[in-house]
Amino acid sequence: MSKKEKFEELLKRLQEISEQLESEDLGLDKAVKLYEEGIKLSKLCHQKLEAAELKINELKSDVTAK
Amino acid sequence: MNEAIFTVSEITGQIKLTLEENFAQVVVIGELSNFKAHYSGHWYFTLKDDKAQINCTMWKGVNSYVFFTPEDGMKVVVKGRLSVYPPRGSYQIDVRSMQPAGRGELQEAFERLKQRLAAEGLFDDELKKPLPSFPEKIGIVTPSDGAAFRDLVSVAERRFPLVELIIRPTKVQGEGAAKDIADAIAEFNNRSDIDLLIAGRGGGSLEDLWAFNEEEVARAIFDSHIPVISAVGHEIDYTISDFVADLRAPTPTAAMELATPNYVDIINFILEIDSNLYRALEDKLSHNRTLIESILSNYAFKIPENLIALNKQTLDNSVYQINSHLNFLLKENKNQLVLIDKILDSFDVNKTLKRGFSLVKQDDRIIRKSNELDKMKVFSIRFIDNEVKINE
Repeated sequence: MSKKEKFEELLKRLQEISEQLESEDLGLDKAVKLYEEGIKLSKLCHQKLEAAELKINELKSDVTAK
Repeated sequence: MNEAIFTVSEITGQIKLTLEENFAQVVVIGELSNFKAHYSGHWYFTLKDDKAQINCTMWKGVNSYVFFTPEDGMKVVVKGRLSVYPPRGSYQIDVRSMQPAGRGELQEAFERLKQRLAAEGLFDDELKKPLPSFPEKIGIVTPSDGAAFRDLVSVAERRFPLVELIIRPTKVQGEGAAKDIADAIAEFNNRSDIDLLIAGRGGGSLEDLWAFNEEEVARAIFDSHIPVISAVGHEIDYTISDFVADLRAPTPTAAMELATPNYVDIINFILEIDSNLYRALEDKLSHNRTLIESILSNYAFKIPENLIALNKQTLDNSVYQINSHLNFLLKENKNQLVLIDKILDSFDVNKTLKRGFSLVKQDDRIIRKSNELDKMKVFSIRFIDNEVKINE
């Protein structure tokens, strides 16, 4: 992955935000902040998926096995 | 009697010559016993049936071509030549190749190993490691030019291109295959960045797949702290690797499908979260809106409003009253004024008339000069006591 954030972490955080936002006792200020963060994360995930290209890395075989 | 006398060496030499000439190539079927793989790499064992037995050796270099690990009790067919070892006076078969006597032999070996490893707990479900949901780096144990690897790449490309595949080209059949597979798994375990391993190969015969039935491979998979998916061919149902692995996939294609989340699913998941976020915020907003409205509609908030309305009404009433009173006063005064005016007016004229003057009017106009009067038309003269019409 090109950037440091793990894709899995991004998705996890996105789901967390979605769940928090649905909780009843959340102030409007906090809700708007969460919403903004969520939209930003979602955009980042979409970008990562669109830019993704499979990387293949070949290691040297252990020749002594012969 | 002229009996020839041999030394031990001489007779042994004759025997060696006779045996080795006459049995330069033999094919023997028998049951393995006392099998020993010496640390030097050579194998020593005995072949037997119910009435006889014969010692065998198989040197390092040729025994690496045997695709299975021989076990006591296994029925095998060996090819080789007879050789005599003079220091011991013993003969043995110098084995060049070894095959299981039949498929059944391999199946039995498979079952024996399976039972032994199962008893040891290598297949226990509670020891299976969970697979990562979103692997970043997958280690691949298979040949880099095989169909299996091509399948793995194409599935990863389609399903989850965020992943990185790291292939350690591995020999999966023939001499040294089991060791190479075990080494590859161990090498990946020396790294700290691998989330998942896929070890496997495409379809093939039982012999081709046999490396994945070897104990060495089973132990390497069991010892791996990285989760392992076993993905071996599809010709036979299961290999020992399948049982030890954390997950068994029927083919390499299936393995990559099990290993990776689906691109489309992730997109849909994110889209769903997007709409959840929007809906949750919208709910929050409308909830707050309703809250404000309900607070405002409280009776307490109506009191000032009512007070204002009440005062407004009082004010309106007062203004109306004041207005109508003023109007009344105004009218009253106006009437009085007109009356006074009239009185004043009549008072003035009468005073003049009293003194003997008369007032001439024509067409309701007062005639002030003689030339204003039309003597032919009707006019009136007012005296103090009466008015006289002329030309009537």
